Amino acid sequence: MSATVAMPSRLTLFWRSFAENRGAVFGLGLMVVLIVVAALADVLALHTPIEQFRDNFLTPPVWAAEGDWHFPLGTDDVGRDMLSRLIYGARLSLMIGFSVVAVALIIGTTLGLTAAFAGGVVDVFIMRMVDVILVFPSLLLAIVVVAILGPGMFNAMLAVAVVTLPGYIRLSRASALVELNRDYVTATRAAGASTLRLMFDTVLPNCMAPLIVHATLGFSTAILDAAALGFLGLGAQPPTPEWGTMLAGALQYYQRAWWVLAFPGFAILMTVLAFNLFGDGLRDALDPKLKR
Amino acid sequence: MLIVPTFIGVTLLSFTLIHLVPGDPIEARVGERGIAPERLAALRHEFGYDQPLWKQFVDYEVQVVHGDLGVSLVTRQTVWSEFLTLFPATIELAFCAIGFAVLIGIPLGVVAALRRGTPFDYGLMGASVTGASMPIFWWGLMMILVFSVGFGWTPVSGRVSDMYFVEPWSGFMLIDCWFSDDEGACRSTLSHLILPTIVLGTIPLANFARMTRSAMLEVLGEDYIRTARAKGLSGMRVTVVHALRNALIPVVTVIGLSVGGLLGGAILTETIFAWPGVGHWIIESIQRRDYPVLQGGTLLIAIIVIGVNLGVDMLYSVLNPRIRR
Amino acid sequence: MALLEIRNLAVEFATARGRFRAVDGVDMTVEAGEVLGVVGESGSGKSVSMLAAMGLIGWPGKVTADVLRFDGTDLLSVSPRQRRKLVGKDMAMIFQEPMTSLNPCYPVGWQIAEALRAHHAVPKERVQHRVIELLEQVGIPDPSRRAGNFPHQMSGGMNQRVMIAMAIACKPRLLIADEPTTALDVTIQKQILDLLVDLQRQHGMGLVLITHDMGVVAETAGRVQVMYAGQMVEQQATDGLFNTPRHPYTAALLDALPERAIGRHRLPTIPGTVPGIDDRPAGCLFSPRCKFATARCAAEAPVPQAGVRCHTPLDDAGAPR
Repeated sequence: MSATVAMPSRLTLFWRSFAENRGAVFGLGLMVVLIVVAALADVLALHTPIEQFRDNFLTPPVWAAEGDWHFPLGTDDVGRDMLSRLIYGARLSLMIGFSVVAVALIIGTTLGLTAAFAGGVVDVFIMRMVDVILVFPSLLLAIVVVAILGPGMFNAMLAVAVVTLPGYIRLSRASALVELNRDYVTATRAAGASTLRLMFDTVLPNCMAPLIVHATLGFSTAILDAAALGFLGLGAQPPTPEWGTMLAGALQYYQRAWWVLAFPGFAILMTVLAFNLFGDGLRDALDPKLKR
Repeated sequence: MLIVPTFIGVTLLSFTLIHLVPGDPIEARVGERGIAPERLAALRHEFGYDQPLWKQFVDYEVQVVHGDLGVSLVTRQTVWSEFLTLFPATIELAFCAIGFAVLIGIPLGVVAALRRGTPFDYGLMGASVTGASMPIFWWGLMMILVFSVGFGWTPVSGRVSDMYFVEPWSGFMLIDCWFSDDEGACRSTLSHLILPTIVLGTIPLANFARMTRSAMLEVLGEDYIRTARAKGLSGMRVTVVHALRNALIPVVTVIGLSVGGLLGGAILTETIFAWPGVGHWIIESIQRRDYPVLQGGTLLIAIIVIGVNLGVDMLYSVLNPRIRR
Repeated sequence: MALLEIRNLAVEFATARGRFRAVDGVDMTVEAGEVLGVVGESGSGKSVSMLAAMGLIGWPGKVTADVLRFDGTDLLSVSPRQRRKLVGKDMAMIFQEPMTSLNPCYPVGWQIAEALRAHHAVPKERVQHRVIELLEQVGIPDPSRRAGNFPHQMSGGMNQRVMIAMAIACKPRLLIADEPTTALDVTIQKQILDLLVDLQRQHGMGLVLITHDMGVVAETAGRVQVMYAGQMVEQQATDGLFNTPRHPYTAALLDALPERAIGRHRLPTIPGTVPGIDDRPAGCLFSPRCKFATARCAAEAPVPQAGVRCHTPLDDAGAPR
């Protein structure tokens, strides 16, 4: 590919622009930490996420008076190590984020490109569907979908993917429509390229920048919504160490064990923050027009 | 947005979703306990689930247009009447949250724009991206931990303390307690409102501050701001009358578009604070497998969002003389 | 006493690549009732020095001067509140882009009334009447209806008339017009210029006319100042400047006028470009482009003498002395 030759200099330029934004660099740092933690969960975690230590129900974190070094962030109501659960939770959250974004990105982009290329009735139909979905608050629609499909992590992911589809459809359709009017597309078409080839090989690569930014920010939406579903008892089911589910299970202990509440939510916040900061930085660096 | 096709689409979606339930809603509700087949058939007939699908949809559409959203499988009350008793609680909360976000977020955004590049600006932008990333179900719990459990300042749940009885003639607790002339009840209502308002208002607050800042930065660079200053107007007048007035045009759109997200957030907030509103009701309907309530409640919320979007479009044309004829 | 007096004015902007001097050592005097033309290419600091006099340079710009005085008031030491009492009332300014210089959210009449109200120019109940009167004065037909129009409903020429009405609303003694006709159609340019000069005569205002158009200057100004790269390079009475330019830059500008190039095949141009932030010469700023430049010009910056900032000013025949 000829693009690889030009890559280093473009990458350097991109990095220079990106690194100007301290928030974005902080977000990237957080992301790297999360990814490393998730990848090395088996090495880093002191215990398995579901092992119950019957002598250590609701042990406080290590810096409290009754803390125990075996459980640095304390244990939950059935004696599971908080830190280990959080570490495995990172793996789950990233996996959820990645799967949801991948599904939504692939289906959404395909639908968006189809709408742009087909035009007419197909376009109207797809875009009207998008309008309809957008009328429902996304969390509400996800809740309804899970309520119907039945609670569980897979269904929750599916629901979140469905409710985030409109963003990808609109974005890819809009950028494709802009590209379709350019001369290079006309030239490729005149050269006899098939519609499929035109869609995915000619036009799509030139629409990628906004889609990448949207997908990065989509990670945080996906993780946040999946955690909210978990919190409502509609997502991952106990004893899965999903952060939102952990919060739901700890609700009744709010008066005597703050740590079972504080840490999972803080982990969600940091993860979502990391992707939001990184996504904002990416947008500014990829699209200088938006930067002021 | 074309209202009629959107409305039909919305009803079709809510109809389809409910019919994706394995079996039918009656079967799902009786679950594994099972009941006598004759009783099941009678119930099916009563709720119309024995009709062909297209007939069910047409009937449903006709009913919805006539304001009939069905009957709760649990309470046998109409969905509409249940919604009406609970909706004021949700509106009250949503209204307070939007007010909180607007009254704090917009001034903060303006000040950040005026002091761009200062530590205040950076601090506020950092806080706003954090606020926008907030899992509000956890944020609410942390607020309860600190302010209710830690300091004992605010109550944990509900709209008013059990000690008081307030005649619910409007359904809006703030209005009802005002007219009840009961100072204690008013105080109790306010203290119950504070935490849910802050929790539900956090994400909009962060978004409004960010949006206001960038809109203000754009407007402050415009030629007409220089003209206003060349008239010898005070900095305050230039900022508010000339800059903010223009910056509000995009900000109002964002405020309108945040209503949907706010109603989604209300589901979480109402669950945390046991707030007897529509969000709480919908979550309960899922636990009770009360599908008509789930379907009707969702549809009503969608209709509200359509209405709000229409209102925003109209407000936009009022605010922006350039698109007014 | 001069209406506006400026000595050694400098305006600096802090940029990512260091400080940039947009205006450097500018002197200027405007007498009551005179028309002063300020000429120069874009980026020569004409507008910036006038914005500085109006107190309209904000962060990240910084204004310094030895003297900056309007009608006896020291503008350097005056409080912002005092300055606002002068600006918009006794000294007013109109700008280059009429379409974007008016606030799109308010009717034009309202925007004129705002200037009147800010300075209590007329009693409250007379404001509306005065607005109509002003619109009539600047030649807007059907003024009572037009007062309710928004800027986007009017043409550029009409909007510039509104800007002028706004500027003269409080009967200023000094009006600064920053390229008032550049953004307008050629046919409208002349009308606006005539309007400005008429108003100047009627009210006996001092008028500073900033332009890059030598023709405009020749028709209207009594005296001219020429600016180059943030510095004032020459000032003379208009007749003198056109007949016997002293600075090589002025001479080159005049040579580039199409009406002076009749009979030649090609319009003369000035080679090179105005120095930017990175390539400011050590000596005379014009020396890299000057056909008479000497070694001294490149090394040593000239100081203004008898209204010319040049080591070798031109004589009456156009040759360097």
